Amino acid sequence: MAHSEETTHVTVLPPDKEKIKKLWTVAGILGIITAIEFAIAFTMPHGPLKTAIFVGLTIVKAGYIVGEFMHLRYETKVLFWSILIPLIFIAWMLVAFVYEGTAISVVR
Amino acid sequence: MASTSAATVAPGRSAWDGGVSPMGASYGKLMMWFFLLSDAFTFSALLITYGLVRSSHHAYHGAVSAFKFDHAYWPVPERVYEAVPFFHGVELPLVFVGIMTFILIMSSVTMVLAVEAGHRMDRPAVEKWMLWTLLGGIAFLSCQAWEWTHFIVGTEAGTTIKEFVNGEWVTRVIHGANLVENQYGPPDFADFFFFITGFHGFHVFSGVCFNFLIYFNTVTGVYERRGHYEMVEKVGLYWHFVDLVWVFVFTFFYLV
Repeated sequence: MAHSEETTHVTVLPPDKEKIKKLWTVAGILGIITAIEFAIAFTMPHGPLKTAIFVGLTIVKAGYIVGEFMHLRYETKVLFWSILIPLIFIAWMLVAFVYEGTAISVVR
Repeated sequence: MASTSAATVAPGRSAWDGGVSPMGASYGKLMMWFFLLSDAFTFSALLITYGLVRSSHHAYHGAVSAFKFDHAYWPVPERVYEAVPFFHGVELPLVFVGIMTFILIMSSVTMVLAVEAGHRMDRPAVEKWMLWTLLGGIAFLSCQAWEWTHFIVGTEAGTTIKEFVNGEWVTRVIHGANLVENQYGPPDFADFFFFITGFHGFHVFSGVCFNFLIYFNTVTGVYERRGHYEMVEKVGLYWHFVDLVWVFVFTFFYLV
């Protein structure tokens, strides 16, 4: 084994231009969404609508990172859903806790 | 390499009998995914608790430009994070955090390019992109060190508070923040800042360590001899996750 390692010939494939271009496109999209978030942060008054827009844009960004960079979109269906379905718990926890927090502030 | 799926199992055998990769991914990659899922729960718990505590405090109502630090309400984040290195005294709200976000997204891109180069067995390219990724990670950590220092030291003017001590009202000036009190608002505010950005920063730090290990193994030819660069992919998953968490921290801690 140790001897054959020295003589192993590695075939280097040429860069996949299409794939690399796609990755940079995703990076561009992430940058643009962040820029939009900045624009909204300084032009819109604080309120539920602003928060909703931010959460929406964040989920879009998360989708691109997990789907394209982490390649989850291209994995088998069972892996894809094994990761995504448990996240329902997080969504529920978020809704429940913020609801509870608002209730506490009313009591205070 | 990861193309074997459950569909190729011979009749009468289970996908768990060995010889195949259930879910079409290697063991290591699968475990990384489930570790990241559990890590996502940890970060969610931190961020959601932040949401709970923040929404249970009084919010600041009024013009952002007229905002002043006070313990009576939760601070407006864009008035807290408005300092940028070398621009002393200039109010540049959220600019520095924006730079940090940009750095981390860029290092995520270079990481995915390293993974792509690994698929092609292109060692020099993996080395190049891993170096860029390392640089991004170190740059982010440096920015965070500066931000923490600024947060802890505080502004020159500080915040004057009035408190009832031994039967009389006294005024005191608070500079910066610690876990007990801070000049920006309720104590919880600084506590969450330290815990959430600190926990994320520690993830970045361990990510940089892993990235260095991967870089080292690439340079010494470990993966070339092994015949695949899957370790780059696994650590890449972790690194993207760190970027992903920052996207959420950025929104919920700095923007909302």
